[in-house]
Amino acid sequence: MTGSQRLLIFGGMSLAAFGMLYGLHYAVLVEHQTLDRLGGSLAQAFMDAASRNPAGSQAALEAYGQTKYDYVRQVDCHSHWIGLAMIMIVLGVVFGRVNFSERFRQAIALALLVGSATFPLAVLLQTYHHGALVLKALSVASSGLVIAALAATAWGFSRPRTPV
Amino acid sequence: MTTATLSPTAFAPMSSRRLFIFGGIALVAAGMLFGDIFAVFILHQNAGQQGASLIAANQAVAAGNPTAVGEIFSNLGGILEDRGTKVDAHVHMIGAGYLALLLALVQPYIALAAKTKKRLATYFIAGGVLFPIGIFLIHYVGLAYSPFKVIGWASILADSAGALLLIVLLIEAWGFRSYLRTRQLTEPAIPDDDSWPRRALLSGGTLLIFFGFLHGAWYAGAYLYQHERMETDILGKMMAAASASDLPAATAEVTNFGNLAGAHAVNIAAHSHIIEFGLLAMLLSFIQPYVFLSDLWKRRWTKVLLAGSLILPVFVLLELKLGLLAGGIADIGGLMVIVALVGMLSGVLRYTGTLDAGGSR
Repeated sequence: MTGSQRLLIFGGMSLAAFGMLYGLHYAVLVEHQTLDRLGGSLAQAFMDAASRNPAGSQAALEAYGQTKYDYVRQVDCHSHWIGLAMIMIVLGVVFGRVNFSERFRQAIALALLVGSATFPLAVLLQTYHHGALVLKALSVASSGLVIAALAATAWGFSRPRTPV
Repeated sequence: MTTATLSPTAFAPMSSRRLFIFGGIALVAAGMLFGDIFAVFILHQNAGQQGASLIAANQAVAAGNPTAVGEIFSNLGGILEDRGTKVDAHVHMIGAGYLALLLALVQPYIALAAKTKKRLATYFIAGGVLFPIGIFLIHYVGLAYSPFKVIGWASILADSAGALLLIVLLIEAWGFRSYLRTRQLTEPAIPDDDSWPRRALLSGGTLLIFFGFLHGAWYAGAYLYQHERMETDILGKMMAAASASDLPAATAEVTNFGNLAGAHAVNIAAHSHIIEFGLLAMLLSFIQPYVFLSDLWKRRWTKVLLAGSLILPVFVLLELKLGLLAGGIADIGGLMVIVALVGMLSGVLRYTGTLDAGGSR
C-alpha cells in the first residue's frame, strides 16, 4: 500500500467516522428541536396572518427562512462528509491504477482530503455567519479542489499502465 | 484474474468479507426497491397533500381563524414527517450498504482476529438493517410510551443502530491502524482483476461521480441561494394574499411553491443519485471476482447497471419538462439498477464454499 493510498483510506475512514459522529450528535441533540422550530415558525407566520398581525407574520416567516437555511446546511454537511469519505476510501483501494508518479498521486490524495474535509465545514460554518462571503468563497474553492482532484484521478485512470 | 482462478480461501463461505459483500449488496438493493416503491406510490400523493394543506391554511387565514391554521399545520407536520422519514430510511439503508461494501474492500488491511472481524460484520449488517427500520417507524410510533419529551422509541432504535454502526467503524479504523504498524495482510488482498466488467464499472463510476459533482456545483452556484430566497418570498406573498381574502392569488402562490419545491427536489435527487450510482459502480467493480457468473452475464449486468445509473438521474431532471412520463422512465432506470444488483447478488450467493470456483460455473 502506497502513501497516497494510506492517506485516502485512513483519511476517508476518519472523515466517515467524524461525519457519522456529527450526524449522531445532530440527530440526538439538535434535529428534533430544529424541526419543531421549523414547523412552529411557519405555522406561527400563518396564524399571525390569520390574526391580521402582518409584523408578527413577517417576523415568524423570517425565523422560518433562517431555520430552514441552517437545517439544509447541517444535513448537507453530514451527508457530504460521509459521501466524500466513501469516495476517498474507494479511490484509495485502486489508487495504484492512477498512472502518475507517487508524488503526484500524494498531491491528488491530499487535495481530496483537504477539499472533502473543508467543503462541508465551510457550508456548516455558514449557519453561524449567514451569507459570509469568505465562507462562501471557501466552500466554492474547496469543492473546486475536490472536482479538480477527481478530474486528475479520472485522467490518471485513463492513462495506459506504465510497465514496471 | 477470472472467477475460475479465485482461491476459495480468499472468500470463505462465512468470512467477514463475504458477509459485508452479501449484506452490502442486499442493503443497497432493498433500499433502492423501497425508494422506487416510495417514488411511485407515496411521493406524488404526499406532495398533493402538502398543497391541499397549504390551500386549507390560506382559507383559514382568509377567514381570520388562527385555531384552524394551527390544526392544519399540525396535520401538515405529520405529512412532512411521513415523507421525510421514508426518504431518510431509503437513504440510510443504501448508505449502510455502501459502507458495508467499502468495509469488504478493506478487510485484508484490518489487523484483527478473523472471529472478531466476522462478529463486527454481523453487527454492522444488523445495525444497517435496524437503522432504516427505526427511521421508518418514527412516523408511526411517535412518542407513544416514550420517557422523553421529543424522542420516541423508534428514534431511540434508529439512534442506537447508528451508534452501533459508528462503533464498528471505529473498531475497524483501529484495526487498520494496527495494520499500518505491522504491514501484515490478515487475508488475501482483492484480486487485481482487469476484466471488461471491472474496467467498465470503474471508469463509468468515476465519470458518473464527476458529472454529479459538476451538476451539484452548478446548481449550488446558480440556483440554491435563489431558490431559498424565492421560497420565503412566495410564502410571504401567499399569506399577504390570503390575509386580503384573495384566495385565487393565494392558491396561485401555492402552485408556485409546489413548482419551486419540485425544481429543488429534482436537482437534489439527480445530484445525489448520479453520485451514489457512480460510487456503487466503483464498489461493484472490486467485487466482480466474487460474482460467480459467466463473463457474458457479468457483462450484461454491468451494462444494465450503468444504463440504469444514467437513465434515473437524467430523467429525474427531465421531470420538470416532461412530467410523469419522465418520472416513469426514471423509475424504470431505478428498477434496472435493482435487477442488475440482484443478478450480481445471485452470483455472490452461488459460491457456497462447497464447490470450487471452476466447478461452480
